[in-house]
Amino acid sequence: MRFSLRCLASAVAAALAVTAAAAETVKIGAAFSLTGNAAVYGGQQKAGVQLAVDEINKSGKLPGLTLEAVIEDDATSKEQGIAVFQRFINRDKVSAIIGPTLSTTATAADPVAQAAKTPVVAVSNTAPKGITDIGDYIWRVSLTEAQVVPSALKAARAKLGFKNAAILYGNDDVFTKGGFDVMKSSLEQAGVPILEIQTFATKDRDFNAQLTSLKAKNPDFLMVSALAEQAAGIVTQARQLGWNVPIMGGNGFNSPAFIKNAGPAAEGVLVGTAWNKASSDPVNQAFIAAMKARGNDPDQFAAQAYTGVLVIADAIKQSGGKGSRDDVKNGFSKVKDLPTPLGKFSFLPSRDGDHSAAVQVVKGGKFEILQ
Amino acid sequence: MQQVINGLFLGSIYALFALGYTLVFGVLDILNLAHQAVFMLCAFTALVLVGNLHVHMLLAFPLAVLAGGLLGMVVDRVAFRPLRGRSDSNISGLISSIALATILEAIGLQVFGPDVERFPFGTVPDRYLKLGDAVISELQLVIIAIALAMMAALTFLLKRTRLGRRIRAVAENPLAARILGVNVDGVIAASFFLSSALGGAAGLLFGLAFNNVSTDMGRAVELKGLAVIVLGGMGSMPGAALAGFALGLLEVFTVAKLGSSYRDAVAFGVLFLVLVLRPRGLLGPAALREA
Repeated sequence: MRFSLRCLASAVAAALAVTAAAAETVKIGAAFSLTGNAAVYGGQQKAGVQLAVDEINKSGKLPGLTLEAVIEDDATSKEQGIAVFQRFINRDKVSAIIGPTLSTTATAADPVAQAAKTPVVAVSNTAPKGITDIGDYIWRVSLTEAQVVPSALKAARAKLGFKNAAILYGNDDVFTKGGFDVMKSSLEQAGVPILEIQTFATKDRDFNAQLTSLKAKNPDFLMVSALAEQAAGIVTQARQLGWNVPIMGGNGFNSPAFIKNAGPAAEGVLVGTAWNKASSDPVNQAFIAAMKARGNDPDQFAAQAYTGVLVIADAIKQSGGKGSRDDVKNGFSKVKDLPTPLGKFSFLPSRDGDHSAAVQVVKGGKFEILQ
Repeated sequence: MQQVINGLFLGSIYALFALGYTLVFGVLDILNLAHQAVFMLCAFTALVLVGNLHVHMLLAFPLAVLAGGLLGMVVDRVAFRPLRGRSDSNISGLISSIALATILEAIGLQVFGPDVERFPFGTVPDRYLKLGDAVISELQLVIIAIALAMMAALTFLLKRTRLGRRIRAVAENPLAARILGVNVDGVIAASFFLSSALGGAAGLLFGLAFNNVSTDMGRAVELKGLAVIVLGGMGSMPGAALAGFALGLLEVFTVAKLGSSYRDAVAFGVLFLVLVLRPRGLLGPAALREA
């Protein structure tokens, strides 16, 4: 009892402190993986957040308010993620938190923010379940695979005009199985007959048997749900079998490691993406130019992190220019068709982000937008 | 047709792995579970030679295989020799080889990282042979040929050479062999050298064939190798090769007809049947030797 009273007291104190500070500065905490396994993403995310904060402060979109980004390293670990979230909430008294980079870290750190009623914007978590489900203070900008695949499939079909398809997927991994479920339902919804479905296990290195069997059915299109480490092997072995069917991969293919390991075999492989880098939308073009001016060639992670700050700024504006934690949270539900580098952005009732997706194709050893 | 080629090719990898395995397990009754770590480290050795030091594959191959053989002698020296002569040396050796495998794998993980690596493009010529609808690559043909050649060479070595006779003598009765002046430790070390050199060659070819070199690559073939030895008959080189091809074909057709989930179930189901119905395996000696 005494403990909960003290908790309440400190929560009130924290709320007061935020309200008092809101007159000048609104702090946004950003927890990204700057070291550890996901460090390749964290650098881009950091650059995206800094650019957005600087631009908003310069533009005067939020009169009387200054945004301040507090960026910390979650070290690609759950423990560090929780520690950083606690620092943001208790020491820095931030109004909102962006991050953490990985879904796994988010499942550990987000409940801390939810308990402290501090809004979180996930900018790179793509796990379909268990992120925004944590509570009403957890919101998400990044699209899940369930959102990207149907949209990407539609775009690919418009371009390639295939009439039937086949699927190959890893059936002993939650991520690849989840990707398969989405592919299957997307094909069914689009009315594309599935000629054959083959499976493999995470440890497998030889996919010749499955590919030969699929090839014999002669489908127009092959969808593959695999982790990055198998993706290269599958594509390489398919091409070695002399099979040149167009291949579309799930999110596991969305990695430079895939292109590196598959080499020439990766050419022409399609992957859905949340960010259409080639979009001629002026917001997108301005974003790319500004990032490049700072010596950064932006990727999807930078665009999503940048959008995360725009969304928070818009939420503050929607709540009448007030930047407390609850103002930000309540403002999120009013964000509608906000122009961002990702396209017109809104939130779904599930607090997940909603915008259009695009298709990338590997060309000359790089991902390019399929146009 | 293509599936038959797929099966023969996969089988030749199993056979190569099992040939070295069976030299110490089937002949000397030493189960060396560090074999898969040698398999993996050899692939990485070749990768470093080719990828980082730009050594030509034809030179890197014998160097990596030599490294594998030497590593095998280290395995023997560290994990087996100190325990030899104890009453339970078979079991304790097995366990110490698991320990060594884990240590080697951890070192591999530390040095090479968890990522899947591949040989640089163009390490081997990318040529194909068309047989009607089916395609077979030059590398696949070479690997099948190497598996068959190794089988023949090992059979010859065991049956016709001085070293082979000594290995068989040690296998039959180490004490008697020692009394007759055979350097038992030396013979076992030589067997480990040969065995691990073969295992290393298998790892290197596996990495080349599937463009995949990773610290856990040995796991995929470790149990299959054991199955091949039992299926082929303990200590029989032609048996190991035959069983390797049979297992490869069986797996490929299981995957194509029943799905990948049944791959191991069918493979090990057949192994079980063989153990029950024909314990000496396909080409094994009529009676099992006593341990």
